[in-house]
Amino acid sequence: MFDVLSDRLRQTLASLTGRGRISEADVDVAMREIRLTLLEADVNFRVVRDFIVRVREQAIGAEILGSLSAGQQVVKIVHDELVALLGVGGRALQLQGNPAVISLVGLQGSGKTTTAAKLARHTVKLGRRPLLVAADPYRPAAGDQLETLGKALDIPVHRAPVGTSVVDIARGGVEAARRLVRDTVIIDTAGRLTIDDALMAEIAAVNAAVHPVETLLVVDAMTGQEAVTVAQAFAASVPLTGLVLTKVDGDARGGAALSIASVTGIPVKFLGTGEKSDALDVFHPDRLAGRILGMGDVLTLVERAQERGSGGTRAFSTRRAGGGLPSVQERPCRR
Amino acid sequence: MTLDPPVDVPAGDLDSGLSRSRGGFMSRLRGLFGVSAVREEAWEIAEEALIGGDLGASLAARVVASAREIRDPESPGAAVRTALAGLLVPRDPDWDLRPTVPGHPIVVLVVGVNGTGKTTTIGKLAIRESLAGRRVVLAAADTFRAAASEQLRIWADRAGVDMVAHAPGADPGAVVFDALDAGVARGADIVIIDTAGRLHTKQNLMDELAKIRRIVDRRLPGAQPETLFVLDATTGQNGLAQAAAFHQAVGLTGIVLTKLDSSARGGIVFAIEDHLKIPVRYVGVGEGSRDLLPFDPGAFITALYGTPGP
Ligand SMILES: Nc1nc2c(ncn2[C@@H]2O[C@H](COP(=O)(O)OP(=O)(O)OP(=O)(O)O)[C@@H](O)[C@H]2O)c(=O)[nH]1
Ligand SMILES: [Mg+2]
Repeated sequence: MFDVLSDRLRQTLASLTGRGRISEADVDVAMREIRLTLLEADVNFRVVRDFIVRVREQAIGAEILGSLSAGQQVVKIVHDELVALLGVGGRALQLQGNPAVISLVGLQGSGKTTTAAKLARHTVKLGRRPLLVAADPYRPAAGDQLETLGKALDIPVHRAPVGTSVVDIARGGVEAARRLVRDTVIIDTAGRLTIDDALMAEIAAVNAAVHPVETLLVVDAMTGQEAVTVAQAFAASVPLTGLVLTKVDGDARGGAALSIASVTGIPVKFLGTGEKSDALDVFHPDRLAGRILGMGDVLTLVERAQERGSGGTRAFSTRRAGGGLPSVQERPCRR
Repeated sequence: MTLDPPVDVPAGDLDSGLSRSRGGFMSRLRGLFGVSAVREEAWEIAEEALIGGDLGASLAARVVASAREIRDPESPGAAVRTALAGLLVPRDPDWDLRPTVPGHPIVVLVVGVNGTGKTTTIGKLAIRESLAGRRVVLAAADTFRAAASEQLRIWADRAGVDMVAHAPGADPGAVVFDALDAGVARGADIVIIDTAGRLHTKQNLMDELAKIRRIVDRRLPGAQPETLFVLDATTGQNGLAQAAAFHQAVGLTGIVLTKLDSSARGGIVFAIEDHLKIPVRYVGVGEGSRDLLPFDPGAFITALYGTPGP
C-alpha cells in the first residue's frame, strides 16, 4: 500500500515536471498527496497540518533550480522540512559520571530489554565496561531475558531478590558497578502505560535516586498517532534525553519518531534494526526523512543535480560518499 | 453494553480503560453535533478524530463520506458510528473456541510481530479456558527470544496447566509436534501455541510460521486451528501490512487487540477487518490474568467515541 501512495505522489510531482513556475493549484494538489503520504506514515495529524502550511508557503513560486524541475524542487523542500523536523545536533551518547547511568523507559513491548543489551554492546565498542541492571520485576521472566542476553555478551547483569523495590534495584545496580569497577550502568525498566500514575511516579523516583545522564525513551517504529502523547507523558515524568526507535527493519515508515522529535525536540539517537544484539545503529535523520517520503530515487536525482551545478545552492546535509540516498541503514527501503 | 465474559472470570473494565483519556475530543464533538445545523467543520473534526484514532487518512475520509450519505441520522456522531460499525465483519455473538474434530483438541496458534503481547495473551487465555473446565496444554514454540519459555512457564504455572518446551534454539516445529502429541495423549481440550515475535517483512521467518501451520495440519488433519493475530492497539498504519502478511503465511481466523488499557484507540483494526475480513475476537486490557475480554463491537465503538450505541 505504501507503493501505491508513493506512486501517486510521484505521479503528481511528475505532472509538475518541466514547468518554470508552479501554480497555487498545482501546489495544492501536491500538498494533498503529501498530507496523505505523511498520515499513512503515522506522522501525527497535528504535525502534518503545521508542516503542510510551511511547505506550501515555500513551494508556491518555486523556480527551476539548475537542472531540477519544479516538481523535483517541491520534493526537495519537503525533504528539507522533514529533516528540519527531525532536528540536528546533540545526538552523541552522553557518558559522564562514574558510573555513567543510562536508563531505558517506554511502553510495554517497545523493545527495552533487547535495546539494553544492544546499548551495552555498543558501549563496549566505545571502550566502556558496562553493567546491565534488571529493573523490571513485573513482567514474567524479564530478568531471565536480560541475564541470558548479558551472558551471551559476557556483560554482568545486576539482579535483586524478589520484593526489592525498583528504586533499590537501581541503587543496588550503581553500587554493584562501583564494586565491580564497571563505568557504565544500563537500567532496563519495566514497560508501563503513561496513564498509570503509580508506575510513572516509580520511574521518576528511579531517576531522582540514580541521576541517569541519559534517559532514553524506547519507541516502536510501528507506533501510530498516540506516539506524541506517550512521549510527552514520559517527558513530563523524567527528563528524556533521547529516543531509540526500534523495529525499523520492518516496513514501517516511522512517522511516529518524526512526530515525537518535532513536538518534543527530543533527538532520535539510535535505531534498532534487528533482534540480535549487534543490530543497533546510530541515527541519521536525513535517511529517515527519505524513508517516510518514499522518494529515494527523486531525492538522489535532486542531490546529483545539486552536485553538478548551481553553485550557490545549499548542499544536502545528507550527502555521503558514493551519493546513495536515502535508505535507512545503507539498506534499500523495503516496500 | 455487555462485557460479561462467558466464563466465571471477573472482568477488567474495558469502558473505563478506554474512556480515560478521550474526554476532550468528545466534548468538542458533542458541542458541535449537539446543534441541529450540521456544519462542515463538524465533519472535519470527526475525520481528524478518526485519523487521530489510527483509522488511517483514506479510511477516515471514507467513513465520513458514508456517514454523510446516511439519511436523517440522529446526529452526525451517530452517523459516524453507524459507518464505523459497517466496516466490521459480521460476527456470531455466540462465537467461542470450539473443537472441529471430535476427540481432537482445539488448536490455537498465536502469531504477531515482536512485543505485541502474544505470550501474555496466551497466559490469560489459558487461565480463562482452564477456569471454564477445559484441559489446556501450552506449546512454547518461541525457542528464539531469550527466556521466552521461562516467561510462558510462569503463566502455565499460574494457570495450573501443562506446557511442552524444548531447549533454547530448538526447532519450533518439533515443539509444536510434541505438544500436539501430548495434547492428544493427555486428552487435552485445547492446545495453545506461542510463537516467536517476528517482523512480517522477514520472509524466512514467515516461512517458518507457515511450516508450523503445516505441522498442525499434518498432525491433526481437519483441526482448522484458530489462528490468532495479536496486534498492539498503539500500532499505526503498519498494522494492516502486518495482518496481511501473517494472513498470507498462516491464514488468520481472528485478531486479539492488546493494550487497550493504554491511551491508544486501536483504530487500525477497522482497516484490517475491512480489508481482510478477519474479526477481532478478544481485547487485552491489562497485564493481569483477568484482563482478556471477548470483543464487543458496540462497546468498542462506544468506548472509542464515548457516545451510546444507536
Ligand atoms: N498494559 C498492557 N500490557 C500488556 C498487554 N498485553 C501484554 N502486555 C505487556 O506487553 C509486554 C509484551 O508482552 P509479551 O506477552 O511478552 O509480548 P510477546 O508478543 O509475547 O513478545 P515477544 O514474544 O517478545 O514477541 C509485556 O510487558 C506484557 O506484560 C495488555 O493488554 N495491556
Ligand atoms: Mg512472547
